[in-house]
Amino acid sequence: MKKLLIALMTTAAALSVAATAEAADKLKACWVYTGPIGDFGYSYQHDQGRLQVEKALGDKVETAYLENVSEGPDADRAFERLAREKCKIIFGTSFGFMDAEVKVAKKFPKVMFEHATGYKTGKNLGIYNARFYEGRYVLGQIAAKESKKGLAGYIVSFPIPEVVMGINSFMLGAQSVNPDFKVKIVWVNSWFDPGKEADAAKALFDQGADIIVQHTDSTAALQVAEERKLHGFGQSSDMIKFAPNAQLTALTDEWGPYYISRVQAALDGTWKPDNVWLGIKDGAVKLAPFTNMPDDVKAMAEATTKKIAGGWNPFTGPVSKQDGSPWLKDGEVADDGTLLGMNFYVKGVDDKLPQ
Amino acid sequence: MMRIELVKRPQRSALFSVLSPFIAFALTMIAGGIMFALLGVNPLDAFNIYFIQPISEVWQLHELAIKAAPLILIAVGLSVCYKANIWNIGAEGQFIFGAIFGSIIPVLFPQFEGPLVIPLMLLLGMVGGAFYASIPAFLKTRFSTNEILTSLMLVYVAQLFLDWLVRGPWRDPEGHGFPQTIQFGDSAVLPELMPDAGRANWGFVFALVAAVAIWLMMSRMLKGFEVRVLGSSPRAGRFAGFGFNRMVFFTFLLSGALAGLAGISEVSGAIGQLQPVISPGYGFTAIIVAFLGRLNPLGIVAAGLVLALTYLGGEAVQSALGISDKVARVFQGMLLFFVLGCDTLIHYRIRLIGMALTKANGTAQLEAAPKLEEAR
Repeated sequence: MKKLLIALMTTAAALSVAATAEAADKLKACWVYTGPIGDFGYSYQHDQGRLQVEKALGDKVETAYLENVSEGPDADRAFERLAREKCKIIFGTSFGFMDAEVKVAKKFPKVMFEHATGYKTGKNLGIYNARFYEGRYVLGQIAAKESKKGLAGYIVSFPIPEVVMGINSFMLGAQSVNPDFKVKIVWVNSWFDPGKEADAAKALFDQGADIIVQHTDSTAALQVAEERKLHGFGQSSDMIKFAPNAQLTALTDEWGPYYISRVQAALDGTWKPDNVWLGIKDGAVKLAPFTNMPDDVKAMAEATTKKIAGGWNPFTGPVSKQDGSPWLKDGEVADDGTLLGMNFYVKGVDDKLPQ
Repeated sequence: MMRIELVKRPQRSALFSVLSPFIAFALTMIAGGIMFALLGVNPLDAFNIYFIQPISEVWQLHELAIKAAPLILIAVGLSVCYKANIWNIGAEGQFIFGAIFGSIIPVLFPQFEGPLVIPLMLLLGMVGGAFYASIPAFLKTRFSTNEILTSLMLVYVAQLFLDWLVRGPWRDPEGHGFPQTIQFGDSAVLPELMPDAGRANWGFVFALVAAVAIWLMMSRMLKGFEVRVLGSSPRAGRFAGFGFNRMVFFTFLLSGALAGLAGISEVSGAIGQLQPVISPGYGFTAIIVAFLGRLNPLGIVAAGLVLALTYLGGEAVQSALGISDKVARVFQGMLLFFVLGCDTLIHYRIRLIGMALTKANGTAQLEAAPKLEEAR
């Protein structure tokens, strides 16, 4: 038994030496995705970012990724595997990887870790996020202009602050056009479940909504909208190919520039854990071309996008909470901390937040 | 035109019964090799990364143990159920309830610390799993409901109950509204076996102990005999004085308790808190493991390790060769397909029949049937 162990360990050591020699001149950058990269949504966009890193930095880097990693003990192993496989910088792209990444980061102090959409940091663990709510405000305005019934259907995953923030921002946008605008919300309890998403879209249309918004990752809901000759918005990536007549615009994530800058920093030895929240003005949140809408709506959407890029925050008072109590005074801007922990609706949302 | 028919063999070959899992594995490798070749990867490289590397590094052996532990623990309990011809499909729910009951201490009484915490949590976990399994057992014995349906549907109830707990009453007040409980305190975390070498915790030891204990029970004790008799012939069992209702409760409570133990071990050892999803479907995968292991507790240990290896290897080829994670699923599917196929061919042989003969064949079969009966 002992001999076997020694033999195994020598082999392992030999293998790892060989691996180091091979990879010494290249920096290995690695990604962990919660969904399949073929979801054409959230994980797909992150992977596009990885490909941009490969393209921009060429010979200086090699990349690897793990997809469809479930959030839990499998995530611990995924990060540990990549750290042991000589990844120098590792990006975890889902909120649910947070604790796994914190644990593994402590264990591998020389590896640089980055975690998207979380709030825990460490000596070698930075966090990054995108201000998707900025884009959702524009979606709200378009929906209110384009909906004949003044009712949108909203498909959502989990009642976490990120999602609640999105619903609120969408509503504020819609109310700025039509104060009586209504939204119906369906929770599907998944980030990626095309079957459930399609069912939710059908149910919402059947209940009278004529525009669909989603905070889930598949193209299913838009495809239902396409079939019904109604409208909707793409999520995470430009989904115009799947719904050429239904997509009004898409809220897309552009991670490439950020990833390139971070990997470059790792190459230069200037990497430090950071906490960044990028928005429309940084190019991390983008709206796909405005299609299937009249010119005046398009002009309004473009103007609002420009206004937000100029630094205006959609969460600017006066805003009341759902129960009518005041939240933001006239001209007051919500601080980032409140947004990141948001667990209440603004006035006009006709839904009870799952508690 | 040809038609394929399965004809029951009068006798099954003892040799091939033993060889069949190995043949199945070899066939899986061949089919897998073809798949890798089609993907443009050297099959030998791929196999090396898929099957050899994960078991040649100490930390990966630990990961293997972590992944296999819940599968073995649950499957061993299920094997007793299935031997008794009682169909508990709801181990996933019992796993979740074990995790919830066991978490009562670290979530509601975090100030309670000391060496007693872990044993109490494990005990509560087993109680929780057994309690949840007692519901379909009660429904079956009292109202003759189909336990497949009730146990399966209770899985969804358990998942939603856990979801409600971690979003509602048990949510971490400091957690920024995210759906999870507080992190368990140090004394509520199942210790690791060899912390310097890897993450494997005591859950794997529980799995091995459970497998040996159930193996002893099934092969050496009256209870095991009772399970087998009632499973293969309920009427004979009744003549022997074995109570069917008692057996339903016994198998459900046993498998529920083991699934519950797996649940609390997983939460306490590997996750460290409750969250909306704590299992990537262990309760269902364990059904496959139970059958791959031929309902034999020791076979289940091997099957659990093999299935865990397909997960780990799948990740390894993904990161090393950039192959989709679907490869692991395909491998698991092929393995199951070939195992079931080989097993079928032990019990049956294939007969090709020309369509023109169909009519005559109908009578031939009628004539053949009594002969087959005799042969048995």
